Amino acid sequence: MPAALPLLAACSGPQSVLDPAGPGAAAVATLWWVMFAGASLILLGVCGLALYAVLPRRRGRGLDAGRFLAGGGLAFPLAVLAVLLVVSLRAGEALLPHPGPRVVRAEGEARQWFWTFTQYDAAGRAIRTTDELHIPVGVPVDLRLTAADVIHSFWVPRLAGKLDAIPGHENLLRLQADAPGLYEGQCAEFCGLEHTRMRFRVRAHAPEDYAAALAGLRLTPTANPVPERSP
Amino acid sequence: MNALPPDPIRRHRALEAIWGTPPGLGRLAAVNHTVVGLRFMVTAFVFFAIGGVLAMLIRAQLATPGNTFMPPGLYNQVFTMHGTVMMFLFAIPMLEGLAMYLLPKMLGARDLAFPRLSAYGYWCYLLGGGFIILAMLLGIAPDGGWFMYTPLSSSTYTPGINADVWLLGITFVEISAVSAAVEITASILKMRAPGMSLARMPIFAWYMLVTAVMMLVGFPPLILGSILLEVERAFGLPFFDPTRGGDPLLWQHLFWLFGHPEVYIIFLPAAGVISTILPVFARHRLVGYNWIVLALVAMGFLSFGLWVHHMFAVGIPHMALGFFSAASMAVAIPTAVQIFAWLATLLKGRPRFDLPMLYLLGFFFIFVNGGLTGVMVAAVPFDWQVHDSYFVVAHLHYVLIGGFVFPLMAGAYYWLPHVTGRMPIYHLGHAAFWLVFIGVNMTFLLMHLTGLLGMPRRVYTYPAGIGWDWLNLLSSVGGFLSAIGFALFAVDMLLLRRFGRRAPRNPWGAETLEWAMPLPPPSYNFASLPPAESRDPLADRPRLGQEAAVGMHVLGTPRHGWMETLGVEAVSGRPEQVILLPRPSFLPLALGLATALCFLGLLLKAYWLTGLGLAGVLTVGWIWCWSLGARRDPARVAAGEGLFLPLHMVAPAQPGFLGMGLLLVADAAFFASLAFGALFLALVAPGWPPPALLAFDPWLSALGLAGLLAAPLATLLARASLRRGGTGACSWLMGLGALAGLLAAFAFAALPLWRGQDFTGHAYAATALVLGLYVALHAGLGAVMAGFTLARCRAGYVSALRDLAPRNTGLWQGYTALSGVAALLLLQLWPWLAAP
Repeated sequence: MPAALPLLAACSGPQSVLDPAGPGAAAVATLWWVMFAGASLILLGVCGLALYAVLPRRRGRGLDAGRFLAGGGLAFPLAVLAVLLVVSLRAGEALLPHPGPRVVRAEGEARQWFWTFTQYDAAGRAIRTTDELHIPVGVPVDLRLTAADVIHSFWVPRLAGKLDAIPGHENLLRLQADAPGLYEGQCAEFCGLEHTRMRFRVRAHAPEDYAAALAGLRLTPTANPVPERSP
Repeated sequence: MNALPPDPIRRHRALEAIWGTPPGLGRLAAVNHTVVGLRFMVTAFVFFAIGGVLAMLIRAQLATPGNTFMPPGLYNQVFTMHGTVMMFLFAIPMLEGLAMYLLPKMLGARDLAFPRLSAYGYWCYLLGGGFIILAMLLGIAPDGGWFMYTPLSSSTYTPGINADVWLLGITFVEISAVSAAVEITASILKMRAPGMSLARMPIFAWYMLVTAVMMLVGFPPLILGSILLEVERAFGLPFFDPTRGGDPLLWQHLFWLFGHPEVYIIFLPAAGVISTILPVFARHRLVGYNWIVLALVAMGFLSFGLWVHHMFAVGIPHMALGFFSAASMAVAIPTAVQIFAWLATLLKGRPRFDLPMLYLLGFFFIFVNGGLTGVMVAAVPFDWQVHDSYFVVAHLHYVLIGGFVFPLMAGAYYWLPHVTGRMPIYHLGHAAFWLVFIGVNMTFLLMHLTGLLGMPRRVYTYPAGIGWDWLNLLSSVGGFLSAIGFALFAVDMLLLRRFGRRAPRNPWGAETLEWAMPLPPPSYNFASLPPAESRDPLADRPRLGQEAAVGMHVLGTPRHGWMETLGVEAVSGRPEQVILLPRPSFLPLALGLATALCFLGLLLKAYWLTGLGLAGVLTVGWIWCWSLGARRDPARVAAGEGLFLPLHMVAPAQPGFLGMGLLLVADAAFFASLAFGALFLALVAPGWPPPALLAFDPWLSALGLAGLLAAPLATLLARASLRRGGTGACSWLMGLGALAGLLAAFAFAALPLWRGQDFTGHAYAATALVLGLYVALHAGLGAVMAGFTLARCRAGYVSALRDLAPRNTGLWQGYTALSGVAALLLLQLWPWLAAP
């Protein structure tokens, strides 16, 4: 379908939900395309019916209203919604941070208007970075999110859905990248004057390179200094 | 019984002299529902224009990447004000005004149940809205987003006056929403045409009944949240501060407990407009009236069970989200029932293609689109991606523009002849439709994709090259197209009002009662109140309007300068009482100004002003209540068509009693929200259990309890003695009740305050203080009411039959006792919940 190519090209982008680079985002993208197709059909059907109904010559005067309402207003949405509910709940369940043997842990603390990430090397030593989280490819990473001042939200659309960082609460977000690379993220909860500038990145490393990358970060702690809190 | 000959002109003059609004400055005293309803709608439209200009500023800023048209601080004010103005100053007041204007006319009444209350509501709306707009012009508008999430909106992170403007201004405006909800519910239940049972009500009245009850329960959580946040900001009492036992999530729960029902509160009246107009143009009765009524009630209940879908990304356990996801999807079913009922009506009818019909077709496309994306965001994992992105911005605009603005524009053309007496001409109306329709879709259809490409909402700019540039530019172009369309619509309305040709009676061939009157409508609506023998009174008797005009029906004889309308039994519509409505008055304006003084004092932290305002509110309130009622038991009066009915002051089921009951429903929703907050903090908030528990003095508790229970008991005894004819005994018993109320107020205020506690240290102590003060305030007001009743007894306004004052006082005291006992239990038991 060459006609669909420009459409697909329009769907890619450094922060595109429709250009997934990890299993979490991929599951949601699939869910979207299914819902998009279904919704388009329903929209066409309802609007088609409304347009048909205002035509001067048409059938429908002898319509059995009770059956029409029971079918279109009750049975049809009930069936569609029941299926969608089950599918979406199962999809959501699969995205949760279930415990597992290979899970890597990391931490992210948000404040106006930057993130401080903590990742751990093989020896368990903490390595802190600003606005750039380093993860290994192909393994689930559980990111513990906290906030120091107001509510922020961690969102790297190509990897996973968003989760809020709320003062006084801890939230756990499951991330996983399929390929090495840089994934753009942006704070998704309005957090004050420079909310717009609160951008950050996730850098995914091939498993064999991950230890070296962390070691490099440890050796150059000033590469990503933690800035003082802005006034 | 006709004292006047059946001459419609003379009858018209006599009635107009009674019901008309005085000219000149007397307009400020207007209480007539036609006048007040139109004022609400015109004011709301002005706010819509302001909100629209703000929207255009947003679109100008976002049209190109890296734009520096507005600095971030200003942009944050602009988008916050856009949402705030559209939600609170346009949509809600617009639907209130529409309901106020239409309901009495559709129900066959001459006015609403509490005309002065609606006038007061209007002044609160105008003054509160004026505050907020003035703040914007001064550059100190709220800037935390229209849902004002804490801790961003707390005094630490928003130290200026901006957030206070929002919290106080919106609470002030919400007085009008609660008063409108009481007004609309009581009017629908009591003030209808003779014989109009609930099952014969026009469908719009069902929509408004459900909406008004939802408003009664839905607005109190927001009012509570705003008060708590303002108290936290102004006095340092923590409720949302996580470092002191509060929780920012409590704000979100309270806000969305209001915020989601609000979407349906906005949609349902507009859907009621569709259910009213569409059958007229389909030339077929509405199919599935009973289905729709059931769907509405289902929607009303469901809409209170899905607020958490605004909070899918805050980290609530997935199992719990599943429940709210299911409820959010389920609410699509009653919507689908309505859509299919409308489609069936069109299919079974012979549709006539008029301009309102075009707007309705526009509605179908836009609203169904918005509904479908609504189902999508109800799916939890999908919402994790698109929440707070431009996808959600697109979704909510589809729902609100499709579900509110388009039906209202259809309604504007449909009821234009009713309001102005002029028929619409369609040239500009068509052009306006296409501009708005194309513009809205261009703006918001593309915005879905912008969101999917990862653009979060509320950013003041974006870098080039992420794929958002062309989408935003086109959205901006679309935005300007629709703005031109709306301007054209406004021009069209003004031109038609001036130049349209005269409308005949019932120009559309409609079958509801609002068309059984001359156009534009006289201040008294009906010269005599026509009977409703079916759901479509004008279909059975097309000459009903003429019959009413010559006084053939109920209350066709103006007398004593009385503003008479009929009160019916709520379910059957059987005539039950003649209601005498109060005349135009400056009291609503005075009360509105006094209330404004209270809020202004709080805003400027000049608390002496607030004290002055409160004194004004109590004084004007006292005069207001004193001005009603009668000093002797009136006899039954002839009401025409062989009816002899009691006047409302001696009728057992008078609207005033119902009004108090409805107010207490809203109050109970407020208290329930407070109790929910207390339990939520104990179970969920960080920093619990509190470092120290308050020690409540058992003697004070006992004293408070005794006062709480004694007050309604005294009123019960007073009413019993009243029934035996003892007005004197009634007086001193009411006095006793007032003393008991004062005692309870003292005890409950002292209970948390007794040992000089520090309330700023932990949310536990702060919440305990609020609970104590809530009961104390109610007991104190109960004492004022008992004192008022005592004075009324002594002045001869109270008898065994004229017992509204003691009944309402007793109802209030009974509610206070219940809430007080609940508060005491909560104060004693709730720390145990939080114990480790």
